[in-house]
Amino acid sequence: MEASHSTVRVDLGRAIREALFAGLIAFGILLPLIGFNTVQNIHNELVLETRWALLAAMVAIIAGGRFLYALLVTPWLARRAHAPRRAHAPAWRAALGRWFAPFAIGFAIVYPPLALALSGPQGAAKWVDNFGVQILIYVMLGWGLNIVVGLAGLLDLGYVAFYAVGAYSYALFAKTFGLSFWLLLPIAGCLAAFWGILLGFPVLRLRGDYLAIVTLAFGEIIRLILINWVPVTNGYAGISGIPRPSFFGIPFNADDNGFAARFGLEFSPIYRTIFLYYLILALAFVTAAITVRLRRLPIGRAWEALREDEIACRSLGINTTNTKLTAFAMGATFAGFAGSFFAARQGFISPESFTFMESAVIVAIVVLGGMGSLVGVAAAAVIMIGGTEIMRELDFLKAIFGSDFDPTQYRLLLFGFAMVLIMIWKPRGLIATREPSAFFKESKTVAAEFVREGRG
Amino acid sequence: MSYDPPASGTRPDPASPAVATPMLQVEHLSMRFGGLVAVNDLSFTAQHRDITALIGPNGAGKTTVFNCITGFYKPSEGRIALQYGDAGVWEELGALTERGTRSTRRGDGALFLLERMPDYQVTQQARVARTFQNIRLFAGMTVLENMLVAQHNALMRASGWTVLGALGLPSYRRAERAAIDKARYWLDKTGLVGRADDPAGELPYGDQRRLEIARAMCTEPVLLCLDEPAAGLNPHESAELGDYLNAIRDEQSTAILLIEHDMTVVMEISDHIVVLDHGQKIADGTPDEIRNDQKVIAAYLGVEEDVADEVLAELPGAPP
Repeated sequence: MEASHSTVRVDLGRAIREALFAGLIAFGILLPLIGFNTVQNIHNELVLETRWALLAAMVAIIAGGRFLYALLVTPWLARRAHAPRRAHAPAWRAALGRWFAPFAIGFAIVYPPLALALSGPQGAAKWVDNFGVQILIYVMLGWGLNIVVGLAGLLDLGYVAFYAVGAYSYALFAKTFGLSFWLLLPIAGCLAAFWGILLGFPVLRLRGDYLAIVTLAFGEIIRLILINWVPVTNGYAGISGIPRPSFFGIPFNADDNGFAARFGLEFSPIYRTIFLYYLILALAFVTAAITVRLRRLPIGRAWEALREDEIACRSLGINTTNTKLTAFAMGATFAGFAGSFFAARQGFISPESFTFMESAVIVAIVVLGGMGSLVGVAAAAVIMIGGTEIMRELDFLKAIFGSDFDPTQYRLLLFGFAMVLIMIWKPRGLIATREPSAFFKESKTVAAEFVREGRG
Repeated sequence: MSYDPPASGTRPDPASPAVATPMLQVEHLSMRFGGLVAVNDLSFTAQHRDITALIGPNGAGKTTVFNCITGFYKPSEGRIALQYGDAGVWEELGALTERGTRSTRRGDGALFLLERMPDYQVTQQARVARTFQNIRLFAGMTVLENMLVAQHNALMRASGWTVLGALGLPSYRRAERAAIDKARYWLDKTGLVGRADDPAGELPYGDQRRLEIARAMCTEPVLLCLDEPAAGLNPHESAELGDYLNAIRDEQSTAILLIEHDMTVVMEISDHIVVLDHGQKIADGTPDEIRNDQKVIAAYLGVEEDVADEVLAELPGAPP
């Protein structure tokens, strides 16, 4: 009794100390950020305003949060760390692992009709386009980058460059030569792969941080070319009026030979949206199928071996130059496909869409999902992109925070939260284990602690 | 279907007892890192089907020699020639050196100048495999996958550089089954077949060492370079390792080049020993000759620095 009493008191003291410390740091950081505000008065002069109440509230929230965390969560974490580890994951988790992927695929397939049935042609457009298509684009980009970062272990921060190459190739070829989407899709993929190899060559000798910096710069170079090569790319103004894909030759318009008329439906833009949804779904499935297939081929094993130990690869006669270049090329190809789809869907592209932020989001998706895991990457894309889209829907928050509150402004905050949570809860991503590509008797999942992340 | 290892004798054996030609000939090898001379004018040869040991105190330059032979370093000076198949190809050595190319063939004989080849080609074409002082396994891949990665080049050809394999052609599936059989053969020999589906990083230390050797053997080398294979093994495991290396040499007719500090293992299994000190060769001979060599005793086998001077002074021809 005596002992337990003293531990409680010690914890309380520590919690108060930590809360005071956190409050102090918060005060130091927030004093200039929140405490002072500059506003323009009616004479167009900047005047300094102080917001002590808001500052006090924020500091109190942070100190209180830290107090509760130290009092409740820290002991719970300590208990959990000391508790004996269960030898086997609970049955529900194994079942979840087995059924999650088929269920998710099934849901992805029935999603548009479901949305159509539940919210009608007007409402469904938002759900299919903003959520479905948008998320699937990032799933595909995540899966493409997963080959480079997750399998080959090469940290690429300029992935959006290949997305841009794909988008501009489709836009320019379709507008200039009037070629069809299906013909341009492989061309865009090839061009992106070409640029992937071109980037690959100079960075072959670089590893880790250095590789990340050079790829980041490459992404910026491509964006700056798009901005400054005005005769071809039209600079900041971008390219508009990009031909939309047709349903195997049947355009989606209100004409007599349009899609709706041919199939005896009432005209509605939702059919194009649903077609685009299935198009990107098919492209994403192709990406996944190829990745799964390649992992079981020598090239896929060489990628993973490269991530595990490059020197050992070379000692086994593997040409690491070619192996890295194929990884870059393969990843870039999928970005090129996604890019040409993006251009066809938007009908308008500009360099604005291919900023470093996009690369960061895709890398975040791959890292949060667990490098190398298709299911994990897809889940992370749903959480990250779905989460930001949900932000647009939270209009009721305006009733609480006032009418000039814009939830979408807090997108980055959500990213930060997701990152911090994953770092605490699953430092190696949602699914960090890996499935072997070949086995004698039984395929045993490789635990996360053995799988390396690659150093470049 | 099972893997038949290339039996001894099926592989062309050029080293007829009458004219012993070397398989590896290192001449005037020097390696400098800035001002540091790691290896200085080293020459030695290794014979077909021999176990050649490279010994010397720490920092003597043994691993540097390995890195030069396996292409990880480009030597500052010197020539490293390796031959397999018809020994007549040695006659091409001068012409090959003049020509500036990497390799030449005559009949079924092949001759390589290893100092001109990048690391992966040394394994891929000259068929030299190596292990590392600090074990380099693919820890996150299973034991079997490690063995399959080692057969990358053969499988790559069989998969038609991925294209045919991606289409799932039967010829590739056959090749993959053969590769798995080969992996099973070597895992069987190493006693690791029961752990084939476990991640390599999960194996105990001794098993990891043996797996690294088995993995190197999957590349079908003519020369196997082992960098301290007995490091960290207990006496029982070291003895087993000796038997294992003897078996590789006898059954596969693979020559072995060995860096090792464990003198029991070295004296037991080596046919030929080269002793290095401060980047220079101080002795070269059979285990018996080395055991009785005064210079080796002084430099390497545990004589104190001040005593070493006395020992050296007693040697005939030593400077006063």
